Amino acid sequence: MNFFTRMVLAQMMLGLNNGAFYAILSLGLAVIFGQLNIINFAHGAFYMLGAFVALLGYTSLSVLPGLAGFHMNYWEALLIAPLVVGLLGMLIERTMIRHLYKLGNLYGLLLTFGIALIIQGLFTNYFNVSGTSYNAMPDILRGTVNLGFMRFPTYRLWSIIISLGVCLGTWLIVERTKLGSYLRAGTENADLVQAFGVNVPLMISLTYGFGVGLAAFAGVVAAPIYSVSPIMGEEMIITVFAVVVIGGMGSIMGAIITGLCLGMLEGLTKVIYPPAANTVIFFMMIVVLLVKPTGLFGKDQYGE
Amino acid sequence: MENSLNKKLLVVLLLIGLGAPFVVYPVFLMQLYCFALFACAFNLLLGYTGLLSFGHAAFFGGAAYITGYLVKNAGFTPEMGILAGTLAAAAMGFVFGILTIRRQGIYFAMITLALAQVVYFVALKAPFTGGEDGLQNVPRGKLLGLVNLGRTYHLAGKSLELNLYYFVFAIFCAGFWLLYRTINSPFGQVIKAIRENEPRAVSLGYRVERIKLLAFVISAALSGTAGATKTLVFQLASLTDVSWHTSGDVVLMTLLGGLGTVAGPVMGAFTVVSLQTGLSSIGSWVTVVIGAIFVICVLLFRRGFVGELSRIIKKVFEGDLPSEDSGRIQGRQEGKQAPGPGAASG
Repeated sequence: MNFFTRMVLAQMMLGLNNGAFYAILSLGLAVIFGQLNIINFAHGAFYMLGAFVALLGYTSLSVLPGLAGFHMNYWEALLIAPLVVGLLGMLIERTMIRHLYKLGNLYGLLLTFGIALIIQGLFTNYFNVSGTSYNAMPDILRGTVNLGFMRFPTYRLWSIIISLGVCLGTWLIVERTKLGSYLRAGTENADLVQAFGVNVPLMISLTYGFGVGLAAFAGVVAAPIYSVSPIMGEEMIITVFAVVVIGGMGSIMGAIITGLCLGMLEGLTKVIYPPAANTVIFFMMIVVLLVKPTGLFGKDQYGE
Repeated sequence: MENSLNKKLLVVLLLIGLGAPFVVYPVFLMQLYCFALFACAFNLLLGYTGLLSFGHAAFFGGAAYITGYLVKNAGFTPEMGILAGTLAAAAMGFVFGILTIRRQGIYFAMITLALAQVVYFVALKAPFTGGEDGLQNVPRGKLLGLVNLGRTYHLAGKSLELNLYYFVFAIFCAGFWLLYRTINSPFGQVIKAIRENEPRAVSLGYRVERIKLLAFVISAALSGTAGATKTLVFQLASLTDVSWHTSGDVVLMTLLGGLGTVAGPVMGAFTVVSLQTGLSSIGSWVTVVIGAIFVICVLLFRRGFVGELSRIIKKVFEGDLPSEDSGRIQGRQEGKQAPGPGAASG
């Protein structure tokens, strides 16, 4: 195997890693859009919040009375951060977003934009924008594995696997379970589902909590790779919006596949023409808009 | 009678504008005018056409960079620089418009945001933009080669940039007047019709996509004028001008002042810029405050200053309340409409 092929494969693997995060985040956006009919601009902020829950749980919980010497480890953070952030999301849905459903869906976008600014502003006040590293990575995930063509960091491989696992799990829940059938029915006709005795408002709250919980999960998984900073979400969310535009929000599998493919495309661009790596997804979006304006997996604008 | 009242009001405002630099710090006033023009141009799109662009900073900042570069390095006079910035923004608006105009609602917002991000990356990486530092020390130059815009007058112990002030004030008035004429022209009626009911406008034979594209280009061009003027005022074009925070700020200005009202965006811009200036000492708490105002506006204050005010006036004089829905972002939106019982019970 020559040097160039190795380099391409290596960047593709790193790209797949990024793509896995795009997949989880755009998946969450798609699930939330399906039920609430809003685009959650605060998704990046919740992703950042997930990473911070993990970071602060590890470094700062021990100062609390009764928790002296306690450090939340990585595995605990994987469970606790999505729960904490999901509950916060449900609270926000109950107290604020709920009042906007009767209005056009642009108000939801504006409201969540405001929420994103508040969360991000608060964290920028107390934490360094250039980032803090998260050192609670478990020993078993340190080091590298030999993939045949390269030695790949174990943690990155793990993050790809766990992210894909969560994506597929979500897909299974939505497409293959009874709860998922309620969700899909709610997307089609919420009134009718309500008439069958399903508590639709609760279902909507849970959906929002679940969607932002997914973002927080991605944040925890990303924490050991990237440094944890208040602006990690804002860089992510705009790219994820482009991913969502490319994939369309019609299908969950579409969101997953688009996220992964675009991550790899980004990796590939790093080898071929590095200066374009930051923008290739946006140019891809332009191409898709010209060729198929509804997005690759999207429904057309009349909902057909 | 109402017309003559409006005229009197306009004359009073004009006189206040002419006298203001002797009372308030002129650079601050000029900043207000630039952002007020920006917000008015944005309002043509959001308030009257019903399209939410989250990428207007691309036009504002893009023009700021182009004007800054031409005035600083190519020896353009200020008015030629601003004209060039405006035309560049119009061209960018045309390209953005072609790509986005077929999509509506949230998709439109997301696409404009993503496209603006491309402009941001260009401003960050391109060789002529100065990267993180931006373009600094842009000369103010001589208007038409005659009037020195950099000249400061010393009156009563204060240094006043009066030449530049009246130039900027004139640009603001001209831009405002142009937008006012646009809104009250037949074209303005058609864009409002599209906002209210797009399929109906299509069925009446209007070429909706072209009309929306034109509105987009006008809005982009005048946003560019605002950005270009801002470069001369601060002698600086920076990454902040093209960042999505600026796109968010202009949405807030318009929303806070009142969507689809003529004077609203001006008041909104004055409020937001004053807040940002007044609170600049508390660092990133400003972001929190702006975010909180966003949330409050969307939840409780959707008509904005002017919308609420005119509702109260109507109530007092006519005893008749306009319906709940007036003044909100209308227009057919992609995806489903209201999600149903979740909404009804909330």
